[in-house]
Amino acid sequence: MAQTVLSAPRLGARAKPRVSVGGAAVRGLAAAFLGVAIIFFLFPLLWIFETSFKNLRDATSSSPTFFNFTPTLDNYRHVFSGTDDFPHNFFNSFVIDVSSTLIALVLGTLAAYAFSRFRVPGKSDLLFFILSTRMLPPVAVLIPIFIMYSKLNLIDTYYGMILLYTTFNLPFSVWMMKGFIDEIPKEYEDAAMVDGYTRFQAFYKIIVPQSLPAAAATAVFLLITVWNEYVFATQLTQSATKTAPPGIAGAQTLGGIDWGLIAAVSTLFVLPVVIFTFLVRNYLLRGVTFGAVRR
Amino acid sequence: MATVREALSVDRSQQVAGSGGRRTRLTDRWMAILFILPCIILLIAISIFPLIWSVYLSFTRYQVTGIAPPKWLGLDNYSTILTQTGLYEEWHQFQVTAAIVGCSVSLEFLLGFGLAMILVRKFPGRGAILTAMLTPMMLAPVIVGLFWKFMLDEGFGVINYIQSAWFHLPRVDYINQPTSATIAIIIADVWMWTPFMLLISVAGLSAIPKYLTEAALVDRASAWFRFRHITLPLVWPLLLIALLFRTIDAIKLYDLPVTLTNGGPGDSTWTISFTLVQQAFGDHYTGLSCALAYILLVMVIALANIYIRQLNKSQSAA
Repeated sequence: MAQTVLSAPRLGARAKPRVSVGGAAVRGLAAAFLGVAIIFFLFPLLWIFETSFKNLRDATSSSPTFFNFTPTLDNYRHVFSGTDDFPHNFFNSFVIDVSSTLIALVLGTLAAYAFSRFRVPGKSDLLFFILSTRMLPPVAVLIPIFIMYSKLNLIDTYYGMILLYTTFNLPFSVWMMKGFIDEIPKEYEDAAMVDGYTRFQAFYKIIVPQSLPAAAATAVFLLITVWNEYVFATQLTQSATKTAPPGIAGAQTLGGIDWGLIAAVSTLFVLPVVIFTFLVRNYLLRGVTFGAVRR
Repeated sequence: MATVREALSVDRSQQVAGSGGRRTRLTDRWMAILFILPCIILLIAISIFPLIWSVYLSFTRYQVTGIAPPKWLGLDNYSTILTQTGLYEEWHQFQVTAAIVGCSVSLEFLLGFGLAMILVRKFPGRGAILTAMLTPMMLAPVIVGLFWKFMLDEGFGVINYIQSAWFHLPRVDYINQPTSATIAIIIADVWMWTPFMLLISVAGLSAIPKYLTEAALVDRASAWFRFRHITLPLVWPLLLIALLFRTIDAIKLYDLPVTLTNGGPGDSTWTISFTLVQQAFGDHYTGLSCALAYILLVMVIALANIYIRQLNKSQSAA
């Protein structure tokens, strides 16, 4: 970067002092850039967190203050009081997301094992097909799924949403788990089968326990993906199974926006994601590239 | 290469399993089928079948909420879109999407890679800073849209407060002017997805073997030379994957504009995905919407093909 140009030792040893001055300047610039970036990326999170403790007047004051306000828990009380539908939305999100994550994880692990260990005809084509379904724009399948679900009476049902989110997450689950299972030496199962295990026992007693940490990390990514999903949730759920994202997004249209309340419910919504992201921080790179990049 | 190795090892395990070689092979095959089938069935039922159905719908006039059956129109929907004779200005919406995708992806790339050049060096607190800065990409775009709408508000938004109180600039109604609303979406997208570029760039940069740069230093290669001929070629494949992935994702942009601008003012921030949903569910031109979806789909599939090829390449290299 910039440093490279400034610190180039053109004049050899004699230039050394100048180089270090240039180096210091570059380092200062880099630190300033980093500082601005940290503020840019973290300030919005802190600001929403802070706003969740402000009453409506402080939250929407034309000269908002960073410190000069009396913190209140009223917004959180409001969220939990159930005046709006938020507790119900969170409950729906929890039921739908946890069930679909578990199913997708199990189905994905099975398929991943088969792809990793067996000779499957057209394997790379199948894997390609599986991943390509995930690349599709969700809105392109939204309309036919909406019609299909209307015909099957699956609109606004837990089954429908769990089925949809499971399918939605399968490609990621297969690719991620295949990456992890590929790394478990085949010799483990070979040895077990020499000892008289069947192939299935070898899978169940060796691969499953070995891949548990990886499965946990995968589950976190699956969970976050469906926790954040909005497009399908907003069209395919109504009051009975509405999840949190459409619930929160819809709250801004209830005559006059109570930003303190929205900040509080957003904080509650975002907090688990932040915690889970911290827990899987070492897997983030694999997670965002479908398990393909492991360094 | 990998398949040969796998085939060999499967054969070996079958031999090891003993006398009933034939039975074992059958069991393995059945196990493979049983393990893969549920996954494929679900994907066909919930992803592929709906897609094929929407091909049919794209040739019809149909209302998703109406009771009338689809009426065959042939290629009318496509010609309406391509000749711009309908109610909607799809070309304008392609332009809006392209502007947002182009600006935000290139900004994310430059910012992410620049920050990565700083953050590959080891210094105290580096891990904490990196983890904290990666948080935005894990959040829900609808919620991020809400955050930025709140912060950009003309009356009580903190950004307007800072620019007027600290820098004495006039307040701007960002959300309600076409250009600034587009910029608002770009800023929110950059906030959310620069961390993605940062993460991948840091990974690529820290995988460069030290001895290469050291050897170049011994040879007194200029810093620019080291960057151009050692660093860049080594991280480029990974950066290309990141760029492709972000481009595919950005073309599908929907959630963020919904809460940030709701497409407004007017239709100035209607992305293609936003238009699709509006046509299908808001205005009941479901057939037309399916046709537009297919045009979008072809674009995304073309990009996704390149992306998956690159993934496979990097996977077999790893």
